[in-house]
Amino acid sequence: MSVRDTDWDGVRLHVVTGKGGTGKTTVAAALALALASNGKPVLLMEVEGRQGIAQVFDVPPLPYEERRVAVAPAHRDRPGGDVFALAVDPQSALIEYLEMFYNLRQAGRALTKLGVLDFATTIAPGLSDVLLTGKAAEAARRKAGGSFVYGAVVMDAPPTGRISRFLNISSEVSGLAKVGPIRGHADTVQSVIRSPQTAVHFVTLLEEMPVQETLDGIAELHEVGGGGIQPGGIVVNMMREAELAGRRTAGRGTLGSKTRDTHALELALKAAGLGEDAGLAADLADELADEARTARSQRVLRRQLDEAGQPCYELPLITDGIDLAALYRLAEAMRDQGAA
Amino acid sequence: MSTSPVPLVVDNLIDDRRTRIIVCCGSGGVGKTTIAAAVGLRAAERGRRVVVLTVDPARRLAQSMGLTSLDNTPRPVTGIRTGGAGDGGSMHAMMLDMKRTFDEIVESHADPDRAAQILANPFYQSLSSSFAGTQEYMAMEKLGQLRRADEWDLIVVDTPPSRSALDFLDAPQRLGRFLDGRLLRLLVAPAKLGGKTGLRMLNAGFGLVTGVVTKIIGSQLLRDVQTFVSAMDTMFGGFRERAEYTYRLLRAPGTAFLVIAAPENDALREASYFVERLERDGMPLAGLVLNRVHRSPAARLSAARSLAAAETLQGLDDGESTALGITALRLHAERMRRAESERRLARRFTAAHPLVPVARVPAQPDDVHDLNGLRVIGVTFTAN
Repeated sequence: MSVRDTDWDGVRLHVVTGKGGTGKTTVAAALALALASNGKPVLLMEVEGRQGIAQVFDVPPLPYEERRVAVAPAHRDRPGGDVFALAVDPQSALIEYLEMFYNLRQAGRALTKLGVLDFATTIAPGLSDVLLTGKAAEAARRKAGGSFVYGAVVMDAPPTGRISRFLNISSEVSGLAKVGPIRGHADTVQSVIRSPQTAVHFVTLLEEMPVQETLDGIAELHEVGGGGIQPGGIVVNMMREAELAGRRTAGRGTLGSKTRDTHALELALKAAGLGEDAGLAADLADELADEARTARSQRVLRRQLDEAGQPCYELPLITDGIDLAALYRLAEAMRDQGAA
Repeated sequence: MSTSPVPLVVDNLIDDRRTRIIVCCGSGGVGKTTIAAAVGLRAAERGRRVVVLTVDPARRLAQSMGLTSLDNTPRPVTGIRTGGAGDGGSMHAMMLDMKRTFDEIVESHADPDRAAQILANPFYQSLSSSFAGTQEYMAMEKLGQLRRADEWDLIVVDTPPSRSALDFLDAPQRLGRFLDGRLLRLLVAPAKLGGKTGLRMLNAGFGLVTGVVTKIIGSQLLRDVQTFVSAMDTMFGGFRERAEYTYRLLRAPGTAFLVIAAPENDALREASYFVERLERDGMPLAGLVLNRVHRSPAARLSAARSLAAAETLQGLDDGESTALGITALRLHAERMRRAESERRLARRFTAAHPLVPVARVPAQPDDVHDLNGLRVIGVTFTAN
């Protein structure tokens, strides 16, 4: 039982998307740790066969099996929950599914050998997506002894450009069987995806294209038929110290002209014991001017994100490589901001 | 051991008239499209007749090249400076429309009735708009078309934002294999294969196979697939051939690959995979373009000294120059640290691939959205 209010109380399935290069997998991993520090186990799953989770946690490639990869940090007197990870691929999910419904495990193996399952998931692109989202929905609702097995499920999902199609199960399977088990399965999955139990978080950088894709992605989720899919938070990732600080001391970047900046910096350098160095002052003034330019365009982008009406979280740039300590730090930042 | 790489001079590559195709590849979010556009513009302004094929450009970048809609046709880019060295140069740009490209293949290979039948088929529609790999296949198809048209003497290609940078090499063959595949034919027309030895076992299990496939995907889709395949019969074999044609084109002399990466861990790891794959496939790698490299004009002031100075200032009065000094010195320290970590990553890449030439493109203060911004990048392509 969580004693803290977070922005996503009641959400059991957290879908994390983002444009390539924005750090989607890292953020998904940090979110899983943040959620697990509430004490319950969390399942982190990936669906694109990239083994990104294994890389982030520095463990061997993940099989189709839920495996413990980390423990969340303890909070006050409460121990942190475990983070389990799973790499889902459509074929394994299909075999599991066939077994569940038809007791066809042996046949499933034979069909795999013949390439039949590959064929089926290939000619029906929606089928893979139903199987992948289906696995996530199943894990999110799985119960043992009357209570949920996982406190939450976090999915490292396909990139922003494909996310609404990926989650829009009903249009995906419109070409598939009109009746039958897959259709029934799809309907169940859809009821989870479109419920308040699911939220789709967007990872972005303060750059034009990822921001544009985030805004487009949020709009597309609203447009999905039957009331849409709930957009979650916007995670502004890889913010540099200067950017984070700049937001607190807005406007304190430059005095307005390079001449004034250079002059002031000459005085400052001298006061700091760096001697009289007009050249250095001018170079530093150039850096300030660059920074101011970047800050200006970032402010515009940031405003656009704010106008989307979703909570925004800011995560610092990690320059020394992602390790468990870095993930803890990011997870803490997400908790502090109410994301988990 | 030396860790400084051979410099990659992009200008030499574009000034060499034998270079006919430049493929820009790399993982998502590293600025592939921007680099492709900058290479195209630079080449045009140095006298080449260039067409840039982009797949998914940022809106303002597309606008900067005069691309306002995705219409699958090369459009002239205005504002090119073609005086002096640029005499005779020109630039076209286009955005790939994968569905239209696919439609055009169908239309050019089937009579109108049959083409209409294929285009209306639900399975074809999902294949041409959402099949994983179709975009890559169509990008390569378009490249082949542009090359055959022979209207340009340099084609610059931006590869699709794939989940892995290698996808565009494999996807066309995968799609070709699938469309020409035995299993597809078997499922669609089992009778044709009846009696052949070696397939008997397959036939024995055939009821089970179709049974399961029907259960999974539904009989309607299977029927659509059957209709599609019989309508496409004339084109079968063609897809794999086409994929092989572009694959050969990529290996031909006159093609050069630029691997684009940002100086970040993931992007460079992906770049490493890519370099290794290109070498294995005998693809002509021109080099690595490290995009968005941070540099400081005041590199003589180290991060440590800069931070120490900022600390000293903090103990002083709170005047305007002191405050500005603290901001500037901290900013500088961060930039220096970032530059150092980027250099470390670049050194690691070069230690693993000592023979791969490297070009560095400095980070721009904000996103590029006009030709001048592209020119600023182009200036760094020169030998220095």
